[in-house]
Amino acid sequence: MRLKKNIALSETGFVFDPNTGDSFSLNRIGLEIVEKLRHDKTDQEILNELLENYEIDKASLDKYYFDFVSTLQYYQLIDDTTGHREFL
Amino acid sequence: MEKLPFERPVINKLSAGMPGKFGMKTHISPVTHIDQVGVKELTGQYGSPLFVLSEKSLRQNFSEAKRAFETRYPKVQFAWSYKTNYLNAVCSVFHQEGAWAEVVSGFEYDKAIALGVEGKHIIFNGPDKSRDDLKKAVNNNSLIHIDHFDEMYTLTELAGESENKPKVAIRVNMDTGVYPVWDRFGFNYENGEAWDALNRIMMAGKLELVGLHAHIGTYMLSASAYGIAASKLAELAAQLEKKFGHVAGYIDVGGGFASKNTLKGAYYSGSDTAPGFDEYAEAIAAALVNSRIKPANMPLLILETGRALVDDAGYLLGTVIANKRLSDGRRATIIDAGVNILFTSFWYDHQVNPGQPVSEHTEETTIFGPLCMNIDVIKEAAVMPVLKKGDRVVISRVGAYNLTQWMQFITLRPKVVMIDPEGNVHLIRDSETLETLTSLEKLPGHLKQFRL
Repeated sequence: MRLKKNIALSETGFVFDPNTGDSFSLNRIGLEIVEKLRHDKTDQEILNELLENYEIDKASLDKYYFDFVSTLQYYQLIDDTTGHREFL
Repeated sequence: MEKLPFERPVINKLSAGMPGKFGMKTHISPVTHIDQVGVKELTGQYGSPLFVLSEKSLRQNFSEAKRAFETRYPKVQFAWSYKTNYLNAVCSVFHQEGAWAEVVSGFEYDKAIALGVEGKHIIFNGPDKSRDDLKKAVNNNSLIHIDHFDEMYTLTELAGESENKPKVAIRVNMDTGVYPVWDRFGFNYENGEAWDALNRIMMAGKLELVGLHAHIGTYMLSASAYGIAASKLAELAAQLEKKFGHVAGYIDVGGGFASKNTLKGAYYSGSDTAPGFDEYAEAIAAALVNSRIKPANMPLLILETGRALVDDAGYLLGTVIANKRLSDGRRATIIDAGVNILFTSFWYDHQVNPGQPVSEHTEETTIFGPLCMNIDVIKEAAVMPVLKKGDRVVISRVGAYNLTQWMQFITLRPKVVMIDPEGNVHLIRDSETLETLTSLEKLPGHLKQFRL
């Protein structure tokens, strides 16, 4: 699972999709996740890093993370042909 | 290393449409304290959901209303509308402030008496007063507002049985230019029925006519309608003076003043459109002062306002149970407070704030209650900060009608607390238990056993 290559991302969390012309805004953690996805990190790696840095339990983090990733898919920002999503 | 606070990750699509008339502000301020008491501490100690009433706000609202009327009219008396909120603590605050009791049933009448209100300070309104209720009210010298001729005849009969001459007023309904006309209560002004009723009372001589009453509607956004109502009542009083030489001791213009809540579908918010006490007072006082009533006979002005005094003193605290995405991608937030305890969510677009500090990010969501019923919607379109399970929300202006119209449905009703002006928290109504409900039930013997 990988962020589409031509998606523009600013350091303040502004996202522009040149394929559709749509733009989006991310909150801080959303931006952190999208940046990690851009660097081809796996779900497991991203979750481990977030768990280490934030005050959140694993079950809640999994739930919010996959909900967020589903929203990225819903907005067609993710290139999902790279493989099946990992389920933990 | 200390861990960072977690906020649920979100991505929001930006719509570059036309900005709204009121600009693009979407930041929702958190309500973390009510009268200096922390929302977190309140739910921690008393559970969630939780109703919170501010005694300070109740007293401030009362004193504001009193000032508005007393600076415009010489003789003013408030009567607390029990049906708006008849928790003993709330009624007692208003009685301490000097308000009489205004009740609309035998149950409410008994509640006022049990609380220590003298019979002569109880106004008994409403269409359903049983013979026993009326007898009690006559014996206690209460002020009985007659709703229909059947009640008038019952009172006339009772007058012969009691040492006390029943003290009565008639309720008058009328056209004040506001739709709908509440003509189901009382006697109509325009078709002459009210004047007919007054003539019958005066001619029969069995009842003591002490006042005139009207209650033109609820959540009235037009102060001028009260001016028309006061003028019409004053005209009846002037005619009584002229024909019978009788002075009606008081004119009661009822209640129905709007609170600052926003009605569903309203373009402007209630805080921008609802008239203040000063506007209502100006319209009513001007009508009475300019009427044909002789200056020496100016009546006592009675007000039964409920909603405008108590609504913004009430808060409902709730907790987020879950977040969901609906089939079309919209967000949904489920909280533990449902429409069964927030009846007013059917007609108000309630203000909902987060109960803890939040970031500037917001998302559109629908706020659902916890009931397994499709109608359990607290707010259909809310722009809220990013909330996660366990976060608290604060729903404002819920003090009127919810604590009398709430129903035990699917779940049990929660605790109610009052914060006194010194910041002390008092439990004023406990939560229900299974025992509270089952103690009222009787199970027939043949149904006591079953095998599955």
